[in-house]
Amino acid sequence: MAKRGMNERIQKLRELSVTTPVHIDLERAKIETDFYKENDGKYSIPVMRALVLKEYFSKKTLYLGDGELIIGEKGRDPQASPTFPELCCHSVEDMVVMSERELVSFHTTEEDRKLQAEEIIPYWTGRSMREKILARMTPEWHECYSAGMFTEFMEQRGPGHTCGGEQVFTTGYMDYKEKIHQTMESLDYINDPDAVNKCEELKAMDISCDAVIILGERYHKLALEMAQKETDETRKAELLQIAANLEVVPAHKPQTYWQAIQLYWFTHLAVTTELNPWDAFSPGRLDQHLNPYYERDVEAGILDDERALELLECLWVKFYNQPAPVKVGITLKESATYTDFANINTGGVTPDGRNGVNNVSYLILDCMDEMKLVQPNSNVTISKKTPAKFLKRACEVSRRGWGQPAFYNTEAQIMELINAGKNLEDARRGGSSGCVETGAWGSEAYILTGYLNIPKVFQLTLFNGFDQYSGKQIGLKLGYAKDFKSYDELWEAFKKQLAHIVDIKIRGNNVIEQLYAQEMPAPCLSVVTNDCISNAKDYNAGGARYNTNYIQGVGIGTVTDCLASVKYNVFDKQNFTMEELIEAMENDYEGYDAIYRMVHDKTPKYGNDDDYADDIMQEVFELYRSSITGRPNMKGGKYGVDMLPTTCHVYFGDVILATPNGRKAHKPVSEGISPEKSADTNGPTAVIKSCAKMDHLATAGTLLNQKFTPDVVAGEEGLDNMASLIRSYFSMDGHHIQFNVIDRQTLIDAQKNPEEYKDLIVRVAGYSDFFRNLSKPLQDEIIERTEQNFN
Amino acid sequence: MKNITNIQKFSVHDGDGIRTSVFFKGCPLKCEWCHNPETQRYGREMQFDPEKCTGCGACAKVCENQALVMKEGKPVLNREACILCGKCENYCPAGIREVVGREYTVKGLVKELMKDQIFYEDSGGGVTFSGGEVMTMDMEYLLAVAKEIKRQEVTLTIDTCGYVPYEKLQAILPYADTFLYDVKVMDSKLHKQYTGVDNELILENLIRLAKDGARLYIRIPVIKEVNGNEKNMKETIAFLKEHDIHPPQINLLPYHDTGSGKYPKLDMEYKGTDLHAPERAEMEKFVLLFQEAGFQNTKIGG
Repeated sequence: MAKRGMNERIQKLRELSVTTPVHIDLERAKIETDFYKENDGKYSIPVMRALVLKEYFSKKTLYLGDGELIIGEKGRDPQASPTFPELCCHSVEDMVVMSERELVSFHTTEEDRKLQAEEIIPYWTGRSMREKILARMTPEWHECYSAGMFTEFMEQRGPGHTCGGEQVFTTGYMDYKEKIHQTMESLDYINDPDAVNKCEELKAMDISCDAVIILGERYHKLALEMAQKETDETRKAELLQIAANLEVVPAHKPQTYWQAIQLYWFTHLAVTTELNPWDAFSPGRLDQHLNPYYERDVEAGILDDERALELLECLWVKFYNQPAPVKVGITLKESATYTDFANINTGGVTPDGRNGVNNVSYLILDCMDEMKLVQPNSNVTISKKTPAKFLKRACEVSRRGWGQPAFYNTEAQIMELINAGKNLEDARRGGSSGCVETGAWGSEAYILTGYLNIPKVFQLTLFNGFDQYSGKQIGLKLGYAKDFKSYDELWEAFKKQLAHIVDIKIRGNNVIEQLYAQEMPAPCLSVVTNDCISNAKDYNAGGARYNTNYIQGVGIGTVTDCLASVKYNVFDKQNFTMEELIEAMENDYEGYDAIYRMVHDKTPKYGNDDDYADDIMQEVFELYRSSITGRPNMKGGKYGVDMLPTTCHVYFGDVILATPNGRKAHKPVSEGISPEKSADTNGPTAVIKSCAKMDHLATAGTLLNQKFTPDVVAGEEGLDNMASLIRSYFSMDGHHIQFNVIDRQTLIDAQKNPEEYKDLIVRVAGYSDFFRNLSKPLQDEIIERTEQNFN
Repeated sequence: MKNITNIQKFSVHDGDGIRTSVFFKGCPLKCEWCHNPETQRYGREMQFDPEKCTGCGACAKVCENQALVMKEGKPVLNREACILCGKCENYCPAGIREVVGREYTVKGLVKELMKDQIFYEDSGGGVTFSGGEVMTMDMEYLLAVAKEIKRQEVTLTIDTCGYVPYEKLQAILPYADTFLYDVKVMDSKLHKQYTGVDNELILENLIRLAKDGARLYIRIPVIKEVNGNEKNMKETIAFLKEHDIHPPQINLLPYHDTGSGKYPKLDMEYKGTDLHAPERAEMEKFVLLFQEAGFQNTKIGG
């Protein structure tokens, strides 16, 4: 296979990145532990945290790889994953498991395990956030958590999943320091009882700026040394230029496009190294942030498109070099990926509301297309003002079928943000980061707190609050399925169960939030987030301009179909009784073919533009939204909801036995706002219509996956149709859509399990048809053809 | 008759943009290459996939009319006795039984067709009536649906074989934005041999439609053994020229046997087993013939 990358340099860098095994790097843990052993108790908590970052950046092993133009690694080398024992201190057994597991493994050496056992574990036992959190949770919380009612994002990771604003590209760390000093000077020690604490926060922020500046200075020295030794004149010049760049950034604001990218990268390293902010930090609207530098440099004759693209590709490799911090247990299940959720947003509108697409936007698409890396996660935001050319170019990249770029609706994002209390300009500066969640970039702490298993709440409702999976009474005792004499009675019980579970979750969240505010500040992230400096308050304590918590709803498709099935079959049509349905479910539908056929195939389902089911989806969504949105969090902000799953729908499905919609035990629940697998049988327009019936503007993000085989959208017309689907969905306020290609393996699976792939459309020959409708020889032919497409 | 076998949304190969295609059931032609055999007969019928049948016998057990009996481990359907109640559909664990053909009220069909209006608007798409042969359906019904669609400013495309009394085409003309008009074989004898009917009426209707100002996309299914030769293409071109027909688009649709798998499901025999698509180079040559004759917008595929 041809190596990807625009030139030999990029090809080498990319190759190294994708072929190096992911490995644990304990240098950070070791430096941190030594520092704590010596200094714990000497400083205030914020200062201590900042000093840890400074200590690490002063001592860490530097890496400046051959051919690199953008430099800096979180760990010792590419694909190194530092650990955060202050958050989650892995046991030696964890270290073995993470190294040996097949999926998402992190290599650990004997030496690592020894260090972990002898130095890291003894110090952090009883001190890690994970232990503190779990010790403070109620018994109800623990039961729900282990039964898979919800997950907890902060169990192994720090709050985050956030995105930098424009300041990250325009402000040097000396400038931040200047601002910090001004605020320090204005503290009122006479009248403000909090002034002392504020001073400590500001000191910490000041130290974290020093940490970044020190890292820059060390790299500057290293680049000069390497340049001296370098015999290749071209590389020598590059190293000298890198050194020259480091005389400007990160201490001062950048003067060139190259420096702007390098500055971003140092900030990225700093905020993801001081803590692991779940796990992401994103550059936001990279095209708009870089464009002024791009234009200036092109005008000055020091940059052309080729160089501009090359630097982007260098940045892409840098992102890919950083695996997400290692996860274990339930947290691994909810997010089984190396992806660090850095989400780069291209297009959209400018803060004053004009079309945001510029030359750099197209270069970013070229970069995405060329690099084909799952990280950084790249997307485009499409506004009414976005030119068709840009949308079509994005479709062209997307239809290659590896899920990128995803498409976001600029106007919907803005409305969502305004609806959540942001001002218009901050809303325009914001968008989606991490997965799909919206935030006012650079000005908001928007914390994902965990997924909530909505179908499982319904399942509890059918069994008097008893969980068949864990064998425990988890929910309220409101009666069994057969006791509900009408759909309305069932609905009322579901409503109460949901409120009950949400309360347990939020009570836990409140404790965790306060623990983080008090014990685990993030001074560097605070520096780059608007208003933390002027408020003299940490990001994790409510220092940002806006503070929002999210609980992500999972399984809206599944729960809708479950409710629709009971309503339609038991109450409306009386096809069978509730007892019969429950019996069939308890037997996983084995031997209950007729009931199975009816609930699986002959019942209205979400995703078909059928109001019978879609009305129920709206009701469930509204119930979920209203039980969470607007509730206060501990940082003076409010809760909101978003509908995204990462890989949690697989885990959540695993902990639910057979459901009334014909979903068998342990099968995944629906993901994002997509319909349940194989429930949608009317094609993509019907799915889009159904999904658009959800009030996206009342969320902080929704996720819709569409799959297709590449030839369904082939040719110029295919591009036009794809663009039309997107425009239409967005004109109905849809938040996000992404397209995934059906690969050969999926088709083979679809041939074996047609029931699970009823929604799969393939282009046959001049027309498209459902795969399940085709004869075996024809299916074989398409499987073969699909393989050819990817070679 | 007005049975519908399928309403296909996101139909992107039957006319412009994103469309909803309605497949009506019943056709006066019996083309050997037909890939929608379920749309040949007019009445509703039971479809069953013997290839995927496990032989469990659940269908025969629930059949109240003894229309289904198990023979040598496979269900055999007596189509005379079957009242198409659909009960066996519900009990088949493999989910491979289906009654094809369903009637919609005018209101019901219009409602279904209007669901994708937003997609039509952005993509320049609309509704396509296809089949089977839509123009052999209940005209009063068709016109009622067509009028309502037009009133909502959605465009209607008629996919027709042309073998119908001209009055019917004329009646739908004010509501049809485009016709996808099949011109299969110029030699009438061959036409009759492979489709069951001769082509005089079809060609005559084409001339009249063109004269009456219809927007026509000519579609030619190209089969090596039947019409996939220079002679037929040249005759087609000559015909179009002679009658001053200037279709904005001509589609040469290479034969494919993708419908062959459907025949056994309906107890029908596929007669097209010996048919083939011309080589790609040959197809390109045909396209060139049309283009050289001034029909620039000729392409392979729909």
